[in-house]
Amino acid sequence: MSEFLVRPLPYCDGCGHRLVANKTVQVLEELQINPHDVVMVSDIGCHGIIDKSLATHTVHGLHGRSVALGAGMAMSLPPNKNVIVFIGDGGATIGLQHLLEAARRNVDLTVVVHNNMLYGMTGGQPSGLTLPGYCTAIAPQGNTLLPYDLCQLVHQAGASYVHRALTGGDLLKALRKAFETDGFSLIEVLESCSERGKKLNEHLKLKDLAKQVELTLGEWRGETRPSFRLSKENKSSLINGVKDVEVEFSSSLEGRLAVMICGSAGEGVQKAAELFAQAALACGLHVTKKGSYPVTVGVGFSTAEVILSQDPIDYHGISEPGVVIVTSQAGLDHNLGRIRAMEEGTVWSDEKIWLDANIKIDAPDVAVAVRDFRGRAGLKNAAIYALLTWIKETGILPVDSLLKMIMQDSIQKYIPPELFREFP
Amino acid sequence: MPSILDGSRLIAEACVQAGADVYVGYPITPSNGIYLYSSHRFPAMLTAPDEITTLQWMAGLSAAGRLPVTATSFPGFALMIESINMAYMMELPMLIILVQRLGPSTGSATVGAQGDLSFLSGLISGGHPLPVFCIADLLDCWRLPPIALQTAINLRSPVVLLTSKEMVMTERSFDMRQLDVVEPVARHFYNDLLPYRSYDPGDGLVPPFLPVGDDIHQVRLTASTHDTQGILVSVADAGLENTRRLEKKIEAHTPLLYDLDEQEGAETLIVTYGITTGAARDAVRAMRKRGRLVSLLVVQTLLPVPDAYYEIMDRYPRILLAEENLQGQMARLLFGHRLPEKVCVVNKNIGKMVEPDQIIQEVQNR
Repeated sequence: MSEFLVRPLPYCDGCGHRLVANKTVQVLEELQINPHDVVMVSDIGCHGIIDKSLATHTVHGLHGRSVALGAGMAMSLPPNKNVIVFIGDGGATIGLQHLLEAARRNVDLTVVVHNNMLYGMTGGQPSGLTLPGYCTAIAPQGNTLLPYDLCQLVHQAGASYVHRALTGGDLLKALRKAFETDGFSLIEVLESCSERGKKLNEHLKLKDLAKQVELTLGEWRGETRPSFRLSKENKSSLINGVKDVEVEFSSSLEGRLAVMICGSAGEGVQKAAELFAQAALACGLHVTKKGSYPVTVGVGFSTAEVILSQDPIDYHGISEPGVVIVTSQAGLDHNLGRIRAMEEGTVWSDEKIWLDANIKIDAPDVAVAVRDFRGRAGLKNAAIYALLTWIKETGILPVDSLLKMIMQDSIQKYIPPELFREFP
Repeated sequence: MPSILDGSRLIAEACVQAGADVYVGYPITPSNGIYLYSSHRFPAMLTAPDEITTLQWMAGLSAAGRLPVTATSFPGFALMIESINMAYMMELPMLIILVQRLGPSTGSATVGAQGDLSFLSGLISGGHPLPVFCIADLLDCWRLPPIALQTAINLRSPVVLLTSKEMVMTERSFDMRQLDVVEPVARHFYNDLLPYRSYDPGDGLVPPFLPVGDDIHQVRLTASTHDTQGILVSVADAGLENTRRLEKKIEAHTPLLYDLDEQEGAETLIVTYGITTGAARDAVRAMRKRGRLVSLLVVQTLLPVPDAYYEIMDRYPRILLAEENLQGQMARLLFGHRLPEKVCVVNKNIGKMVEPDQIIQEVQNR
């Protein structure tokens, strides 16, 4: 017995899988490859019971996923290790995406598709690779659907070497080329299941069926390009990217204050909130900041929630905001429910937006202050301007603390200098 | 000096410092922050076309001796489940960070939740437990990933680190001096001269690991019922014994992690986990300020459920569980669908975090 085999092959008499396995072993021996330099990854299907016969490393996974599983290994193992994936036509149909992705990346492995025209283990149903006219248990008159042209698909996706063969002919040559290829190679072997297919299809020849739908036998060679291997880079710590903020101001805040900034996407709301949070940090406060916006990101509302506290903040939800700053119509629309639910606090709004909306606040402890944010600062700077205005008028933080954060940030380039003159 | 940062950053950094060497993922909200940070930090990064590929690549990388990490949210995690079962059966170490968002289905991608515990508890076919740890606060974003990775190696198992949108995406002031040095995980491969058997645990419960491709020993891995060599055996005794061992090793060796803040004389114990921890800590602080005696158990090892939690809860005549889902999934996990008289649940919230006042009211109502 071959040094690659520790037990006889388990296949039915006359099964094409036996021929494929024997030829694979023959070629590996001819290439003088050590069995421990081969990782045989097998899919679900008759071909997959080869594991226990082999002296190579063996990995037996899920139906349709073996190419992705093998790709993970091939990306990581050194080039002298040969990853071979045995898969059936059913598995190749399930895992088509995995085949295309491995080909696209030119992962260094060889896929051998045992296309025996049907699902052998479950009763002989046709797969996405079954040739038209081939008779199966559920299509005794012959399969009618066109198959995927798997070889063309992986070739187009970027495979280095592809071959469609019958179990005889140039299969040996194809296997040899595939194993010698640095990069993704695939061989589709057309077989007829000896138990579930041959009797139903005695009158048919696979070669003829393939020809009728222009599935050609032979090889496709891809462009020469490097195979895909996992790189290893040393990258700098993410902690280095965190800005330390020096505590050099103080705040008049007592306890905890939740601030909502309600504006529109693309108008700098989240950036303004970030700088405001940094300013609070520079005043020795504890801070949390989060944003919410539609998944489209660039359109609709943009709300930022900032909590300031003299004490550490464990719970960072906002049951009810103490201050709501409104800088756009979308921001107001999205948060109107929360504004109406306020029992105390202050709404600072762009004047035009608030007056046009004609909102009446009944809660006696909710004050409304309107200022011109959008007209004065422009749409892009309305949020940061509103924050500056609010902290200047209330003294909750020193204006200098926020101005300092703005000046340290690239955002300052986009703010007209005359705007800052209001905040000496 | 204080800084502002989010949990995603700490998780990614802690994973790398602990020795995780490849991040594989598909960027689903709200795990996308971890994906982005990981792309800037991991020695290798693989952008997978979908979550099934993610898990299969991870399994392949793990089989080859790497220590892979991914992060996802329910819709992506759901696609991974068959492959997680495969990795569990093959005994491949890896870390899956599950960032919860509001379901069912695609639900609300940018809204937090604690809705995934029930399905995590039945994730492995056969009912086998999968180790699941849960992040309680920003510091846990730093402390738990290394523990989860070491557990994955020690147990030869996929491990889930559970968190939620509000934990990983909220930026918070943080004093970096709180960050301890992360010790790289300790890892040893089989190096005996005797033939290697992939699933032979020797005198213990966890077989030594050896990557595929080894020059000396043959390595066999399989997702099908198998004997100690990794040969498919269906219902033969050797196969079933191996399947039983998989459960035993997780039950026996998953580290017990919790934070117990007991107050002498307290009759109520609040039990919580994950994102609700912040509200529970605030509530406890407020109640104690007013002279109310109350204790708090924050559980970080969620699965398998440790006996220790029952021993702690047995000491209290009143138990209050707080979590952000409709069913009280932790309560059901601990006590089943009919809760004992002494147990109540704060679980009215979906779409927003449990508030401290809700917990306080429930404690006072009793």
